[in-house]
Amino acid sequence: MKRQRKQAKDNGQSVAVSDAPEKLSCTSETKLTHEQMLELYRYLKLTRLVEERLVNLYRQTKVVGGVFRSLGQEATAVGTAYALRPQDFVTPLIRDLGAVLVKGIRPREIFAQYMAKAWGPSGGRDLNIHFGNLEKGFIGPISHLGDMIPVMTGIVLGARMQKKDIVALAYIGDGGMSTGAFHEGLNFAAVQKLPLIVVAEYNHYAYSTPTRLQTAVENLADKAAGYGIPGHIVDGNDIIACYEVTRAAVEYASGGGGAVLIEAKTYRRKGHAEHDDQRYVPEGEIEWWEKNNDPIDRYERFLAGHGIATREKMDAITADIQREIDEDVAWAESSPMPDAEQAAYGVFDNSIVLPAFRPKVLER
Amino acid sequence: MSTATKKDSKQNRPARGGQATMVEAIRQGIWEEMERDPAVFVIGEDVGAYGGAFKVTDGLIDEFGASRVIDTPISEAAIVGAACGAALMGMKPVAEFQFIDFISAGFDMLTNYAAKCRYRWGAGIQAVFRGPCGSGVHAGPFHSLNAESFFMNTAGLKIVEPSTAYDAKGLIKAAIRDPDPVLFFEHKKLYRLPRLREELPEEDYIVPIGKASTRREGRDLSIITFGAMTLTALDAAEELEKEGLDVEVIDLRTLAPLDKQAILDSVKKTSKVMVLHEASRTGGIGGEIAALIAEEAFEWLDAPVVRVASIDTPVPYSPPLEEYYLPQTKDVLEAARRLAAY
Repeated sequence: MKRQRKQAKDNGQSVAVSDAPEKLSCTSETKLTHEQMLELYRYLKLTRLVEERLVNLYRQTKVVGGVFRSLGQEATAVGTAYALRPQDFVTPLIRDLGAVLVKGIRPREIFAQYMAKAWGPSGGRDLNIHFGNLEKGFIGPISHLGDMIPVMTGIVLGARMQKKDIVALAYIGDGGMSTGAFHEGLNFAAVQKLPLIVVAEYNHYAYSTPTRLQTAVENLADKAAGYGIPGHIVDGNDIIACYEVTRAAVEYASGGGGAVLIEAKTYRRKGHAEHDDQRYVPEGEIEWWEKNNDPIDRYERFLAGHGIATREKMDAITADIQREIDEDVAWAESSPMPDAEQAAYGVFDNSIVLPAFRPKVLER
Repeated sequence: MSTATKKDSKQNRPARGGQATMVEAIRQGIWEEMERDPAVFVIGEDVGAYGGAFKVTDGLIDEFGASRVIDTPISEAAIVGAACGAALMGMKPVAEFQFIDFISAGFDMLTNYAAKCRYRWGAGIQAVFRGPCGSGVHAGPFHSLNAESFFMNTAGLKIVEPSTAYDAKGLIKAAIRDPDPVLFFEHKKLYRLPRLREELPEEDYIVPIGKASTRREGRDLSIITFGAMTLTALDAAEELEKEGLDVEVIDLRTLAPLDKQAILDSVKKTSKVMVLHEASRTGGIGGEIAALIAEEAFEWLDAPVVRVASIDTPVPYSPPLEEYYLPQTKDVLEAARRLAAY
């Protein structure tokens, strides 16, 4: 485990240095089949293109709330979530749309959510990826960072009592790791040796705050020692490496090893949300990552370099994704807005407690 | 042999029914629910081998094992969060706060996660969050809280607080079976109060959540209260009877959702109302009840609604200070006499 970590750490550091690396690709140490690699490409590209379409819809004022991009860090969510088994559970952060798509949530659900439509999975009650699908093992996050770590601990605690082999994967960021709930949840999971995998995304900024103002450790994975669990560092822009480190973690956790912390070194190229002008980012930094370390560029280079997919094949996959997105946006746009009175329903089980209808004032 | 005479004995299943104090009644309720439903489990600090700070969960670990009676680190956010996660998997957690004061450390998970899950995506959290509340035992500012007002303004949480052993058992069982999150407050002063010891039925029963109980019928004025203050109200009512005042005592039992009908029915019957509670007056549940009465039964009132509650301070430690802080029977008597004379 230790050797593996050191190796991974070196990878991570080589990404961070400012000398432009010579055309980064992805690790070739993998048992993924070519078919799986193409599926991985599809999810990676789907994530970026769904987000790009969301930005278009936002500019057309069709999105009610904000749009949160994972541009430049898509490989982390897609690669790690792809390593989960069908029965496993995942909870993303706002920048892990890729994990949601890998879990089988369709883009149309995402579009309808962002547009606050009646056909969205929350019926217009909550935003973006703040919903869930228990059958698919997808638990939506809430805005309070860290809260999902205890919740996912409970998912696997419940599963253990039910004698089910289920692993939970929760994402957290360099900012979210500063919360008390993160600590309490991971500590409890570690004590109980529960199969919880936490993927900590070092993407350099929490809103505008750089990581050095969040934590005094050099690597987020260093915190694993404080919980008595293994910590791994992976190059978050190498989708194959993200898959492999998580696959090993799933095996370890499911085999009774307990909780695992994986740190993915990546970079957030957009602001916190679309409104953010990123004035706090040093000049040239975003451009450097865009030019030298884009996860899709790297993976395309890998696929072409290893003869797994030609440019034409990748273009065909992309065209297919665009067709799906067009269809799903049309579906979401055709959804009505929710009936206003729907606001009153569903606080409690309404067969027991009546909906919270607006009271009539002084009507006697 | 009844549980009352066994005195919190370990490794013995409590009697089903029989003479029981409130703490025994709650334990019976949890025990029976764990027996009838393998999804029910207990989670909290020191709830296992030690049996909980007040011994509510005493003996459960011997019967059901450490996998269903889970001792946690000192981590209220983790306790609430893990209960929520397990509930999403179909389990039915009964989570304990060692003292309700520590619910503040789980506040975010309760109000933002547990309370909003069903509304946000239809996933109800079937979980009970219980613990000892209340003052009057000289436990100071951090072991005496009445927390209901903190949660009254959060849609999605049910709040229950029993005042009898029978209700405590029936309500904890109803709370465990309820498909939504229930905060279950147990007044620590009532746990072993001999006055509350009573004969419980042997057969399975529940007390429905959302229904108040008329503890004493009366025509002259209504005292609307709950928890330990129910006893104060009954004591005062007995005293007032000697003075010719016929006092009705409504024990709310459930604070959210409020049994509005029971409150309004009593108002329409007596036309004079006192709301009595142990938490501080400002922002307390008394204001909500008074407002409800003003909005929906104003014409029935013969006097302004009176609130009798604790003063607006933290709960002080020293007995004379705490006595001043808390509403005493004499405060209720005085307020009732003025209300009757209005």
